[in-house]
Amino acid sequence: MRDFVLVSRRRFLTVAPAAGAGLVIGFRMFDGRGAGAGTAPPDAEARLAPNVFLQIDADGMVTLWTTKSEMGQGVRTALPMILAEEIGADFSKVKIEQAWLDKRFPSLDTGGSSSVRTSWDTLRKAGATARAMLIDAAARRWNVDPSACAAEKGEVLHPVSGRRASFGGLVAEAAKLEIPSDPPLKDPKAFTLLGRAVPRTDTPSKVDGSAVYGIDVRRPGMLYAAVALAPSFGAQPTGSFDGAKAKQVPGVRSVVPFRRGVAVVADSTWAAFKGRDALTVNWKEDKTAPEDSASLRARCQALVNKPGKALRSDGDVAGALATAARRVEAVYELPFQAHAAMEPVNATAHVTKDRCEIWAPTQIPSWAWGQLKEVLGLPGEAIRINVTLLGGGFGRRINPDFIIDAAEISKAAGSPVQMVWSREQDLRHDYYRPYSLHRLEGGLDAAGRPVAWSHRFVSTSISAFYDPATKEPESDELGGAADVPFAIPNVRVEYSPADSRVPRGWWRSVESSFNAFAVESFLDEMAAAAGKDPLRLRQDLLREPRRIPYPMPDVFQDTARLKGVIDLVAEKTPWGAPLGKGQGRGLAAHYSFRSYCAMAAEVEVGPEGALRVNRIVAAIDCGFVVNPGIVAAQMEGAVVFGLTAALKSEITIDQGHVEQSNFHDYEMLRIDEMPQVETYIVPSAAPPTGVGEPGVPVVAPAVFNAIFAATGRRIRRLPPAPGDLMQRG
Amino acid sequence: MAAFTLNVNGRQREVDVAPDTPLLWVLRDTLGLTGTKFGCGQSLCGACTVHLDGEPIRSCVTPVSQAARGRIITIEGLSADRSHPIQKAWIAEDVPQCGYCQAGMIMSAAALLVKKPRPQEKDIDEALGGHICRCGTYQRIRRAIHVAAGSASEDRRKPRAARPGGEAPGQPGPGGGR
Repeated sequence: MRDFVLVSRRRFLTVAPAAGAGLVIGFRMFDGRGAGAGTAPPDAEARLAPNVFLQIDADGMVTLWTTKSEMGQGVRTALPMILAEEIGADFSKVKIEQAWLDKRFPSLDTGGSSSVRTSWDTLRKAGATARAMLIDAAARRWNVDPSACAAEKGEVLHPVSGRRASFGGLVAEAAKLEIPSDPPLKDPKAFTLLGRAVPRTDTPSKVDGSAVYGIDVRRPGMLYAAVALAPSFGAQPTGSFDGAKAKQVPGVRSVVPFRRGVAVVADSTWAAFKGRDALTVNWKEDKTAPEDSASLRARCQALVNKPGKALRSDGDVAGALATAARRVEAVYELPFQAHAAMEPVNATAHVTKDRCEIWAPTQIPSWAWGQLKEVLGLPGEAIRINVTLLGGGFGRRINPDFIIDAAEISKAAGSPVQMVWSREQDLRHDYYRPYSLHRLEGGLDAAGRPVAWSHRFVSTSISAFYDPATKEPESDELGGAADVPFAIPNVRVEYSPADSRVPRGWWRSVESSFNAFAVESFLDEMAAAAGKDPLRLRQDLLREPRRIPYPMPDVFQDTARLKGVIDLVAEKTPWGAPLGKGQGRGLAAHYSFRSYCAMAAEVEVGPEGALRVNRIVAAIDCGFVVNPGIVAAQMEGAVVFGLTAALKSEITIDQGHVEQSNFHDYEMLRIDEMPQVETYIVPSAAPPTGVGEPGVPVVAPAVFNAIFAATGRRIRRLPPAPGDLMQRG
Repeated sequence: MAAFTLNVNGRQREVDVAPDTPLLWVLRDTLGLTGTKFGCGQSLCGACTVHLDGEPIRSCVTPVSQAARGRIITIEGLSADRSHPIQKAWIAEDVPQCGYCQAGMIMSAAALLVKKPRPQEKDIDEALGGHICRCGTYQRIRRAIHVAAGSASEDRRKPRAARPGGEAPGQPGPGGGR
């Protein structure tokens, strides 16, 4: 993790005229803020560094190489919209090419709901630079003042004289001009494209079967591989296996070991699967203390009752709790979760003696590249990683494990190989959203005002999984707990990491998905104890605008914006509207990925405990919105992702392995369970912030607060067990 | 290995594969029709749905030997130019996110409209309830089906002969290994 974080934070911006007739602009940027453009030496190295790349051809086509992986979140639409707006391009003539990782694009990563946020300034500057040069070229040709010209819909116009010239006809002259170091950006008031629900550019290819995902890659001479992987966490292949029966399966070509398993290589995926099932592999398993969910839970319960590392300490919580008129206490528990992207884990590799080429649905090619160099012993420039469409990512495809496997198998098999996992392997060899346990204590004064907030929590730390020597918890565990936003005079938040052999990783909204559930459920419990309306209590506790430090450097949440989304949801719901029998309404709000999101959930619980989530009203403040259609889609998606985790599924461990295996026992929300989702966006001129993840954390607390309102039952362990939802009395 | 003649998207295709090979892998690996997707291998997610004689079936659990007797339509053969009413509605409503499950969704939705030109909500629940979209496009799928039903109602073709038994029951694939 550290490797690619360092890489992704160190970006470069250069601008250089291309050889030939096209105007080529590449950018170096520093942590997304974007440095000033300047001329760069026209040597090969300078041109190879950029991670964003724009080209305008003589036919007027504008091409953007996106360095972000498209996994459904809309980057192949949003990023070119930003560029096209600033250039003044005709959006129907903007084309997206996927950047691949090699010397030309040495750093590629997608995650953290950061694609638009970190590309915003850079792409605007990229577009504005192109626009300034095209206008300059036209103004010279016409001998007019550049400031009297404009660029729109692929042309430079000089309104006074009525002259116009197409971009394509200007690129040869523009490419010879000096590159402006600080071109003026468009006034947002003049935007014609940004802020509109422009249809996604990838939709047509996704309705006719032509979109190419990782599993759809076909290469000349390519064979298919299925793999046998460790039967329990930490198990290692002994090197001994019996592939005789596998080789008898028609279509099987070879059986080859690789570092963490054994692969069957065949003429088709099916033959490879059958061969894999006929394979016997001997594993070295540590049977002395196999991991299981019950023992992990017991360890975490012990930890959560002991002091942890203090993340925040305002006032005197112990004193305030001791003197409180009323105390509230609750323990919340959230399980491991798998990503379960619909495209099972796969990668295609072609490794020869001196080269490696990969085609993979990957979020962070940079990480894979670093590992491939080591494992294959090849220099970096001998490796190219092509990024396909991703059939869902959600954080799973950050980890490069599957790419390394495929490369090793290709090398051993001596041919291009596509490795495909079964769904069972996809679920059992994931990097799971951490398990977490939370103990909260609150104190109310005689008037029912919260005066003390203590939150002690334990999780199977992601940081510690990747670096067992990690002593300090990182933001991957803490966001949403340490920055509890309420104006409560005495606050203490403590954290302890729990040891586990279960692999952990980033999962859509990661720590916020569990911390928000604990925080927003507990605030609801305090409201109930105080006899207060949960909306009113939140509004009271956020009345004074404050800036709360988030557990990342220089990141703060602004409680006025949090209150803004709560107020908007309350207005649109509307909060006080009457509900039917067995129905209830709940609220939650949360800051994550630099955005603010609130949701109100309306649920109905039948006498036998049958739950129906009828409606979700969502509000998001994510700064300036590039494409409101995509924002609404992401909120709808967040509701489904959040509901699935809250209501349907959990990963449990027995004898050192995952018990669930496919969608019959790791269930997903289906269409008949989909609530009506309404999305409202807070108008904002602030820089754009995250969209893909911030909706997820609020779903579970909003729904379970609504269940409490409907039934009086407070559910603190997710997903609920049968019987948990039976109405009281 | 055995030779089969498949009728896929109106073309006769000769394949030589093991008779137990699920149609999914014949389409994807033998015929290069990769629009039909592998999701679960157990008829649990619907990503692999194609039409066999007009009925939506799960190609991941349908042996090629069973499929060889009927007319197979895949997402690539639904229309030549994305002009099927369901495809047009999918585009109009900007349904897909990652898009991986959408071919299956579209094939089931197209089959639904043949049977129920004006589907009710419960018809949509039934027809699409066996599908999973992890990105969460269900709300737009429902809307798009209603849009398509509106636009499709004018030139409704006669329902084709339904295959008895509905979806192929099939048997679980292997894939249980770790």
